[in-house]
Amino acid sequence: MKVIKPPLPSEDKRWKIVDAKMRRLGYAGHALIETLHTVQESFGYLDKEALSFIARALRVPPSRVYGVATFYNFFSLKPQGVHTCVVCLGTACYVKGASQVLAAIELYSGIKSGETTSDKQLSLLTARCIGACAIGPAVVYDGIVAGHRTPDNAVEKLEGVIGDGA
Amino acid sequence: MVLEQLIAITEKEKKARKEICIRCCMAAGCMSSRGAEIKESIEKAVSEKGLQNRIEVRRVGCMGSCGQGPMVGIEPAGLLYQHVTPENAASIVEGLSGGSAEAELGDPKHPFFSRQKLIVCANSGRIDPERIEDSIEAGGYLTLQHVVSELQPSQVIDAVLKSGLRGRGGAGYPTGLKWGTVAKSPGTRKFVVCNGDEGDPGAFMDRSVLESDPHRVLEGMAIAGYAVGADQAFIYVRAEYPLAVSRLQTAIRQAKHHGLLGNGIFESTFNFNVELRIGAGAFVCGEETALMASIEGRRGQPHPRPPFPAESGLWGFPTLINNVETYANIVPIVKKGPDWFASLGTEKSKGTKVFSLTGKVRNNGLIEVPIGITIREIVEDLGGGAPDGAKVKAVQTGGPSGGCIPVEHFDTPVDYESLVGLGSIMGSGGMVVMDEHTNMVDVARFYMQFCMEESCGKCIPCRAGTVQMYELLTKIVERRGTRNDLEQLEELCDLVKHTSLCGLGQTAPNPVLSTLRYFRNEYLELLNKEVQESGSSGVQEQKT
Repeated sequence: MKVIKPPLPSEDKRWKIVDAKMRRLGYAGHALIETLHTVQESFGYLDKEALSFIARALRVPPSRVYGVATFYNFFSLKPQGVHTCVVCLGTACYVKGASQVLAAIELYSGIKSGETTSDKQLSLLTARCIGACAIGPAVVYDGIVAGHRTPDNAVEKLEGVIGDGA
Repeated sequence: MVLEQLIAITEKEKKARKEICIRCCMAAGCMSSRGAEIKESIEKAVSEKGLQNRIEVRRVGCMGSCGQGPMVGIEPAGLLYQHVTPENAASIVEGLSGGSAEAELGDPKHPFFSRQKLIVCANSGRIDPERIEDSIEAGGYLTLQHVVSELQPSQVIDAVLKSGLRGRGGAGYPTGLKWGTVAKSPGTRKFVVCNGDEGDPGAFMDRSVLESDPHRVLEGMAIAGYAVGADQAFIYVRAEYPLAVSRLQTAIRQAKHHGLLGNGIFESTFNFNVELRIGAGAFVCGEETALMASIEGRRGQPHPRPPFPAESGLWGFPTLINNVETYANIVPIVKKGPDWFASLGTEKSKGTKVFSLTGKVRNNGLIEVPIGITIREIVEDLGGGAPDGAKVKAVQTGGPSGGCIPVEHFDTPVDYESLVGLGSIMGSGGMVVMDEHTNMVDVARFYMQFCMEESCGKCIPCRAGTVQMYELLTKIVERRGTRNDLEQLEELCDLVKHTSLCGLGQTAPNPVLSTLRYFRNEYLELLNKEVQESGSSGVQEQKT
């Protein structure tokens, strides 16, 4: 039986990257997680359109795609803010006061962990452990790890990160 | 690639070595403290002084004392600078050419370094993890060549069995036995899987090994593939470790390019391909059957064992699954012989173990010590005790599956059995030190929250039990708990431990059980006195 490949959702070049990833893995069902990674990397999050396209391209039920996308913490179905701030809540960071750091950042930004500010400038997230235990408490600002955080210097750094992008 | 080419690369590298080597740590810890800028500023200082012919500036992996980072090492002088900044980095070069260095000098003779025994981390902090030539110069892939051209698969398995190596992921199953089972299992295909889904919070051994010496792991996997008859392998690494992922990608590409992975390795009939799979943030995927479900592109939900992966793993084929550190031990075992390896460690647990020593301890970082060393030696001698004059109270091992070991048991030698005897586990190697200011009930609640959120939801004891235990712990922490709650908590611990499907649920009560065992008074102190005094009102409260 000849398999009909679904057309790419749009002209957007990023879909070509996604397609290349699926092609490299032979459009097999087991490519699902790798493909979701690529979509999230390229688009920042997974929307409905992306999920149903992947389901058709890999020939897996949409329920499975949705199930996998929501099972793993790493995938986001909502667009993220311009900047991201990830507070590590691993054990080593925790015993050194990561919860106070998080509280200070929540107070400063006015949002809770998992939320994005209304101006779409900042998404605040928490991590299980980023493996930077020796320099804890650690906070990741836009993908860059900063160690030895205190409530004060964590907020100060965040101000700088948001300020730079504005 | 043939042996002659390996030797030629080694010779070429040796010739290119310069009189002095400045090693700059560029593992994730030091990188976050501007490690890359430090290397640049040292390189600039070297070229400004026209010392390029004498001094080599090398990117290396983890040197261990991450808490004192960024680290810069000087060979052959054996100097170690700590807390280096891009501003004072140039003065290190000054120090080498007659001037004085402003950077803070560390003590390489400190017990933190001198008490270690480096096997897994032997190349860590010495070689450039992004250059395969560096690995080859350090003897990399020579063992694979020897295995492929001179040993029978059964001889390799015998060597691993004789060495007494046990799984470093935490459970401690004898590695040789597992290899033997996979080798014997009938199957048209077989797979090798490397578990790099280091989900325990407070543990970063696998990250360091993958960032510092990825070729060691690849070579170990290839030897495993040869021994069990597998031609395809997967490395599953957490997405939270971007540097480890990128260094592994580089390493796999280089090894393929040199014909050290791929088809017809060392002109034999042995084929071995390695693919990288990135995790997506699910702690349960560290469990082997869940991890394999994830590789197959499904939700990371475990299934009951048996069948074990050794008989029916990936897509139903026999699959060998070991931890990163286990594979990193293979090359030295084959190279130096199983007897040498078996001479280290204790009677039942051989070799060394890498631990990440963190929390309320002076010297934070990565250590590799012979198994059998006491907890006291690790925390007090290597770790230097708690900072700011505080008293160490306990050490937590094994993450959310482990327990807290109080200071009165610190003279216990660290091995698989003795830690289980204390109500904890060896685990993958996280050691989080807690001092007198740490509230143990809160720690237990912290872990329970972790397990509750990470429970995959497949079996009820874990899915519902962790939620109830978390609620009870919260009640106690907030001083609303009663004796009745405490009893119920203990009952639930027992239930969840014995009826859950996989390791996550079976071990989730451990942090509670161990803190109840050693720090019960902390629980009792938090119980609501008023309710306690008025007798059975706790029960009534529940009925209404």
